[in-house]
Amino acid sequence: MQEHNILKPIRTVGIVGYGAYIPRYRLPAREVARVWKADTSGSLPGEKAVAGLDEDVITMSIEAARNALARAMIDPAKIRAVWVGSESHPYAVKPTSTVVAEAIGAVPNTQAADWEFACKAGTEAMQAAIGFVGSGMANYALSIGMDTAQGRPGDALEYTAGAGGAAYLLGPAEEAMAIIEASFSFTTDTPDFFRRANEKYPEHGERFTGEPAYFKHINAAAQELLQATGTTPEDYTFAVFHQPNDKFPRRVAASLGFRPEQIEAGLLVPWIGNTYAGSALVGLTAVLDVAEPGDKILLVSYGSGAGSDAFIIQTTQALVNRRNQAPGTKEYIERRTEIDYATYSRYRGKLTMK
Amino acid sequence: MIMSIKMNSNHDIVIVGVGMTPLGEHWDLSIRELALQAISAARAEAPEILPQAFYVANMLAPALSRQSQLGALLADFAGLRGIEALTVEAAGASGGAALRQAFLALKSGMVQSALVVGVEKVTDRVGAEVDAAMATMTDADYEAVQGITPTAQAALLMRRYLHENGAPQDALAGFSLNAHANGATNPFAMFQKAIRLDQYIKAPMVSDPVNMFDASPIADGAAALLLVNADSIPSNVDNPLVKITASATSSSAVALHDQPDPLVINAAVVSTRKALEQANLTPDDIDIFELHDAFTIISALSLEAAGFADRGEGWKLAADGAIALDGKIPISTFGGSKARGEAGGATGVIQIVELVRQLQGLAGKNQVTGAKIGMAQCLGGIGATAVTHILTRLHGQ
Repeated sequence: MQEHNILKPIRTVGIVGYGAYIPRYRLPAREVARVWKADTSGSLPGEKAVAGLDEDVITMSIEAARNALARAMIDPAKIRAVWVGSESHPYAVKPTSTVVAEAIGAVPNTQAADWEFACKAGTEAMQAAIGFVGSGMANYALSIGMDTAQGRPGDALEYTAGAGGAAYLLGPAEEAMAIIEASFSFTTDTPDFFRRANEKYPEHGERFTGEPAYFKHINAAAQELLQATGTTPEDYTFAVFHQPNDKFPRRVAASLGFRPEQIEAGLLVPWIGNTYAGSALVGLTAVLDVAEPGDKILLVSYGSGAGSDAFIIQTTQALVNRRNQAPGTKEYIERRTEIDYATYSRYRGKLTMK
Repeated sequence: MIMSIKMNSNHDIVIVGVGMTPLGEHWDLSIRELALQAISAARAEAPEILPQAFYVANMLAPALSRQSQLGALLADFAGLRGIEALTVEAAGASGGAALRQAFLALKSGMVQSALVVGVEKVTDRVGAEVDAAMATMTDADYEAVQGITPTAQAALLMRRYLHENGAPQDALAGFSLNAHANGATNPFAMFQKAIRLDQYIKAPMVSDPVNMFDASPIADGAAALLLVNADSIPSNVDNPLVKITASATSSSAVALHDQPDPLVINAAVVSTRKALEQANLTPDDIDIFELHDAFTIISALSLEAAGFADRGEGWKLAADGAIALDGKIPISTFGGSKARGEAGGATGVIQIVELVRQLQGLAGKNQVTGAKIGMAQCLGGIGATAVTHILTRLHGQ
């Protein structure tokens, strides 16, 4: 077997601040089923978070970034990169990240760019930030994964395609709430899910999105990282996997040897749905909200197209000292206003007026 | 002028090799690779036979693989460049129709050996594209244009059948339970798991009253047959030889509304009758009937059309276990289209492979004890084409 170098910077990098954001509106799956007259005799997937009329990936990224800064307690002018990964950038040309950088006070001496890799654009940006900080080119870099996920009306995706995400301010290990010990990626050309330019909704290959896509890539990235670091599932208090639905993360966790209680804290899909580029990252904020210092966390994202980024993260004492300086993920989940399908259609621009 | 059915030649047509792929979602195999796997397996059973003609059964390649001319394409890929090769298409009856062409060619004496492959590759496409391709088996001008699909047709038939015969909602459950029970022990089956009646009853509707367990799953797959004239049988074939005792096909209206009686699959009635006449047999002589259970309602109608049950009584055979491996008339012995998987144009060839294994006594846990005479029937659409073959062991025993 080929030897792989895991991603580990020269200078140890950690999460200096983190922040979640989940919009308040909730569309229950049973409401989607009602409109589309779907069979409701089986189990339906909970509900999903929906962005309001005046919300988009820019505003939501700013909310999450401000939460991260509140925990990091650093001068935003020191941030040398603002990177936003999403499938829902409001503009095709014009960065989300410059607006976010301006709003949080990171301009003008900063990198800013938008990232695209389906549901793992946010973790890809995080790896870039590890490189940026780990090489000494910057002290602080902000990576965000945020989405107002798209699902065609009537499509299976519509039940879960939700809104939300998280921001991670990476910086020197000495200031970190959690240390990022290592990372590893697994990428192939696998066309399981895609949205062409100028199309409003993604297309997917039905069951093809499972075995040869989600499971293959997450398993490979996770197994190689575990092997390379000589760790086993028993060494981890928590594991967070990309969560397009309730079943996939449970199955992949079990197949890797994780117990259900290791993934419970980070499994948010029944309450907020699949937040695409935000999915694994907002799962991680929920874990950081409840973890104890010294806990080890395995984070594995998945992006269609396809690839997975796996991370080993270990929390520090600073986590409990600073995490209460911004709203917890649970508070966002509990801040809930249920809407019906008609309101959802209006909020998400699904009514075509002409 | 009515012509009686008389064979011009009296030599037997013998199957010297069979092979197939597992049915399922073969995302990593293209249509040519699927076909090659089945062809290689069949040819390995009689390596010295070089086929002189090649017939490909396929329905969906032009629509879903953007590929016509499978005859030349697959012959070339199988190392048979130069061979007489063409595709036979009759929707779900393509497999039987291709075998029929090979049978005729061999009977004519123009060729001494022939290769048949049925292949279907569907899972590279999803959703409406597959539905639209499947709907081409209906009458495009009068049915498909209105949005009907084969599943919707089956639903219309099933509702009418249950109504006319005063049968309960779960009257056809036994067909699905039997298919899944048999599929559970077939390593080539798409679904290798038995189901229970309560699961059938709770299954979501696909097109009311056709539920998920009434409808067969569309799958990728391929099967191949190597046939020779009896005087060309190689000396060192390992497995018992099986011959084609009868081959008959019949056609009817494609549109359901053009059938004088939609609950009688007339092409199946006629092709079964012709096949039984050729073989000089009656339904009572048949040990196994591999019918085309694309939907449970089709199983009931096929049993009735073939004479195993009176009109409106076919469902009762499922209810009382007559169709099980140890029943009076076993059907779907390897899971049928319901559990083994429905591979469109390949189904008719898969049925023959399964029947050959039964008659050879090589059906493993799916063996029908003492099976000597088997009948296979595949249908195009809701029976616009019906092809029936009767197989027996070459040497009586």
